[in-house]
Amino acid sequence: MDTMTAIYVAMLLPLLAMAGNMAFSELKNVRDTFTLLCAMATFGCILIVLSNVGNGITEPVSAFTVFKGIDIAFNVEPLGLMFALIGSGLWILTHVYGVGYMRGNNESHHARFFACFCIAISSVIGIAFASNMFTLFLFYEILTVSTYPLVAHKGTPESIRGARTYLAILIGTSIALQLTAIIWTFVLTGTLDFTQGGILEGHVTGWIVPVLLGLYAFGIGKAALMPFHKWLPAAMVAPTPVSALLHAVAVVKAGVFTMLKVGIYIFGIDFLAQTNASEWLMWLAAYSIIAASVVAMFQDNLKKRLAYSTISQLSYITLGMALATSMGALGGGMHIAMHAMGKITLFMCAGAIYVKYHKTEISQMTGLGRAMPITFGAFLIGSLSIIGLPPLGGSWPKFLLMTASVDTGHLIIIGVLMLSSLLNVAYLLPVVGRAFFLPAPEGTPTKFAEAPLLCWLPPAITAIGCIVLFFYAGSIQTFLAPIVSVSP
Amino acid sequence: MSKLLDLQFLAGHAHYLLFIVLMMTGLFIVVDKTNLVKKIVGLNIFQVSVFMFYVSIGKVKGGTAPIFPMDDKYHVDTAAMAGQVYSNPLPHVLILTAIVVGIATTSLGLALIVRIRESFDTIDEEDILAIEQDMTREDNKKHGNAMGGLA
Amino acid sequence: MADTAQVVEHTARTLRDHLPVLQVLVPFVTAPLIVLLGSRRLAWPLAFIASAVALVISFIMLMEVREGGMLTYTMGGWAPPLGIEYRVDAANAFVLLLISLIGTVVLPFAYASFRDEIKSRDHTLMYACWMLCFTGLLGMVATGDAFNVFVFLEISSLSTYVLVAMGADRDRRALTAAYDYLIMGTIGATFFVIGLGMLYMATGTLNMADMADRIADQGMNRTVRSGFAFIMVGMGLKVAMFPLHLWLPKAYTFAPSAVTVFLSATATKAALYVMMRFTFSVYNPDFAFATNTLEIIFIPLAVIAMFSASFVAVFQTNFKRMLAYSSIAQVGYMLLGVALLTDTGLTAAILHMFNHGLTKGLLFMGVGAYVLRANGSFYTQIAGLGRKMPITTGAVVIGGLSLIGVPGTAGFISKWILVEAALERAPEHAMFLAIAVAIVLSSLLAVVYVWRAFEVLYLSEPDPNSTATEAPLMMLIPMWILAGGCIWFGFSTELLHDTAVQAANGLLQGSQGMLVIPDQGGAH
Repeated sequence: MDTMTAIYVAMLLPLLAMAGNMAFSELKNVRDTFTLLCAMATFGCILIVLSNVGNGITEPVSAFTVFKGIDIAFNVEPLGLMFALIGSGLWILTHVYGVGYMRGNNESHHARFFACFCIAISSVIGIAFASNMFTLFLFYEILTVSTYPLVAHKGTPESIRGARTYLAILIGTSIALQLTAIIWTFVLTGTLDFTQGGILEGHVTGWIVPVLLGLYAFGIGKAALMPFHKWLPAAMVAPTPVSALLHAVAVVKAGVFTMLKVGIYIFGIDFLAQTNASEWLMWLAAYSIIAASVVAMFQDNLKKRLAYSTISQLSYITLGMALATSMGALGGGMHIAMHAMGKITLFMCAGAIYVKYHKTEISQMTGLGRAMPITFGAFLIGSLSIIGLPPLGGSWPKFLLMTASVDTGHLIIIGVLMLSSLLNVAYLLPVVGRAFFLPAPEGTPTKFAEAPLLCWLPPAITAIGCIVLFFYAGSIQTFLAPIVSVSP
Repeated sequence: MSKLLDLQFLAGHAHYLLFIVLMMTGLFIVVDKTNLVKKIVGLNIFQVSVFMFYVSIGKVKGGTAPIFPMDDKYHVDTAAMAGQVYSNPLPHVLILTAIVVGIATTSLGLALIVRIRESFDTIDEEDILAIEQDMTREDNKKHGNAMGGLA
Repeated sequence: MADTAQVVEHTARTLRDHLPVLQVLVPFVTAPLIVLLGSRRLAWPLAFIASAVALVISFIMLMEVREGGMLTYTMGGWAPPLGIEYRVDAANAFVLLLISLIGTVVLPFAYASFRDEIKSRDHTLMYACWMLCFTGLLGMVATGDAFNVFVFLEISSLSTYVLVAMGADRDRRALTAAYDYLIMGTIGATFFVIGLGMLYMATGTLNMADMADRIADQGMNRTVRSGFAFIMVGMGLKVAMFPLHLWLPKAYTFAPSAVTVFLSATATKAALYVMMRFTFSVYNPDFAFATNTLEIIFIPLAVIAMFSASFVAVFQTNFKRMLAYSSIAQVGYMLLGVALLTDTGLTAAILHMFNHGLTKGLLFMGVGAYVLRANGSFYTQIAGLGRKMPITTGAVVIGGLSLIGVPGTAGFISKWILVEAALERAPEHAMFLAIAVAIVLSSLLAVVYVWRAFEVLYLSEPDPNSTATEAPLMMLIPMWILAGGCIWFGFSTELLHDTAVQAANGLLQGSQGMLVIPDQGGAH
């Protein structure tokens, strides 16, 4: 299969899975197996792309001309390829987990749930391989709209309110700010293609650069940059598989992925460095990192705490872009992979606890570790990876970011990163400590009684993944290197 | 600077002033009267002022009716035509069309009033407004609370 | 434009040459035919065939003129400027296509909807009226004679009042709605005639091309100027330009569902076309006062309409009424595009005319289906219908997304170009930057009001006593044709965009676009 075919097939397979879901909506096992096969085939397609292209950058191929100068077009470049690999790879695990979760919880509207899920995956792949800002924006919005029913899934007033916040912020920022920025870029430069070294240089000067960057940075609401972060905690009313895949991986990573793409291919790292336009963004990201961590410490609801942790971690990636050095951008790119692996582990563990014992608050989980050692073990590994301790994957991007801050002479940023790690320790480890070491109160089971197999196996696998990634960080760095080298 | 009040100009354009007065009278009736039939009357006056405006612009100073003079053998009498000035017939023709439209509008309006009288039992705008407000209030009472007030 | 000059014979000879007049004549003849035959069974097929023929004609004409050039037809062989001339260039061919497309697609829907909403003895006359309205709208757009515009405007308006009043079978407020519309509409049309009278006084001609030529020759004077004011106000009433929009919400809410579909998608668009034709072709847009009027009066009014009408729409409890207010806001977008006075802005306005026609037509059809099955369109009545009528609601969702302007839908394309047009002028004046922001901000209000409807449709529990089932096929097919259009034109805009650019160029060249007077007519 050639590369473009593989991309198209990878985008169509989730839709096929959706059709299958609708067709076999009454046959539980057929339906779920079918989706699993589709998920694996999707991953296979992305692997084919990987083996074809490696870490090269291909020429954009236009699928469709919308109007003059605007195409729906795709190409392969390392960052997008990595994003697609993460998205489709974790879909397999999340699907397995989702089946266990939905059955374990007897959730309703199976068909709608998995159908929207499939559209979301398809648009993630579209985002990953988009070769211009228009295509990216198209799939970005499809992702927003298709995940809305997932957040509102339960249909209770609380979840409707949550879903409204979710939609209002994501659609609001993307239409009001990002769209303006995109059209403005188009008016200024006459193109929206992602080009190495950026397209804006020579077309804009002065105050417009930081303003445009601001429109993009806040407009990409999915990157949850403060003050547009509220949607992420609000989205936690969704069933956990959604939170796991979409709000730890697909949606938020689509946000920071877009942020990196804009920084690297629209503005260009060098252009940002020359104009100093991104300095304010760097400070804002630093503020986001600390503030969200502090807020996370005071959350008792486990999923909410994880959500704030995500906000903080996403700002690492924005920070990487805003530092405007190659090292920073690489660190940001790598963090997409590392954080995805770590955070999905944590979310799946939270879901497993909910499925088995229906506990959502951290204070209720005291002593629960004795009953669920595997789940909490995986949670521990995930936490350590988020904190950034060796030998876990999460340590490398922090290292790269710190190097980048030294390069640019922003020593305060190093302090911020270190403080953030400490705060991570303070809000993540007590969860595990409480579960394992505090005496269990009355009524909490102490005998080994794990969640269903399909609920604890996936987080265990991703936890192992966190360890494995530590040893392959070098390869990821080499893999991503072409995105910042100016020569094509 | 022109004079504040150019009497000669005003006298020369007296017919326009008349149309304006007529037009404003019509519009005022439409806006002011609450009786639906009277509104239609106002509308007619308003339209008629425009008809007259059109008719007047067809008038040419010293012009006669735009009919070809004929000689005994019913041929156009070119001799009689020489030096003759005619009024412009086109605006008159146009306004014939507009009059037809006006009649159609009036009759449709009156027919509507008959139907309104049948179903509202009044042709006074204020009464109708009150009835409609009641209907709206009832609608709101019945339907104002979708999704338990969440919508 | 000398290359498009063509010598027109006194009489057109082939069928192809007759297309501009056949466009209007076919439905015009059908209307009395329906009445004369008086057969309830024949009324609908006749109307449908006439609309379909009109659609084919308008499509052929669009294909002929989309690369530039124009088709002219002289009524009865009388050469313009004395005779009445029909003149079709890219701009009117585009609007003609929209009107005949909507007219044709809506008719099957109307068949199903009328059977439910209108007493069966009125059906025959209803279709006759429908055809007259259709004729009037087509004629307004196709003709090149200024007074002819008025005649067709009144033909369409008078039949519209009747059509709106027929909603009285369901709600007696339709009668007063029709009456209000009649008063306002007549005032608007009469204003238009006054404006025409002044232009006639100044130029002595009624042919629009000739008129443009003579205005260009004599320059501005007070008569021509006040004529402009009267025409703009008169057409503004028909377009429902804020603050002349008061007739619209009530008329749209209480008219029979199919009538609302038809009117919302076509009537305001035809009037807007006339407005553009007069602003850009008859008057030269270079005249300072025209520019100033548009920039100083239209832009603020358009922006106010975008926000205030959207804001009111947010608080409606009736889906149909909400959509009516949304229409006023959308007219604001189109007027804004016109008032930007650039190629891109005008392209956006023309494109939005078409795309909004598709979108609103689709949404009002959804309303019609709900009225048929749930007997009303209040939010409490349509609650939870997403599950009971999934195919209908699926189409409504597509329409709603297109109304918001979500990427991948037709509404997105026109909004994109509109923002682009505003930003293009940003280097001139920072005001245009603010306008671009206003466009995107006001579309956020669209998110709010559309999403309210979505939530009601999908997330609330259906009425336990409701017996609603899926709408009949006669409704679903038209709906999905338009829904398909909303998606298709969101991706493939080649045909629409290129034609709109062509139309905008033609219009913006001002009187030059109309200068070519065939053969012996024209400037003396």
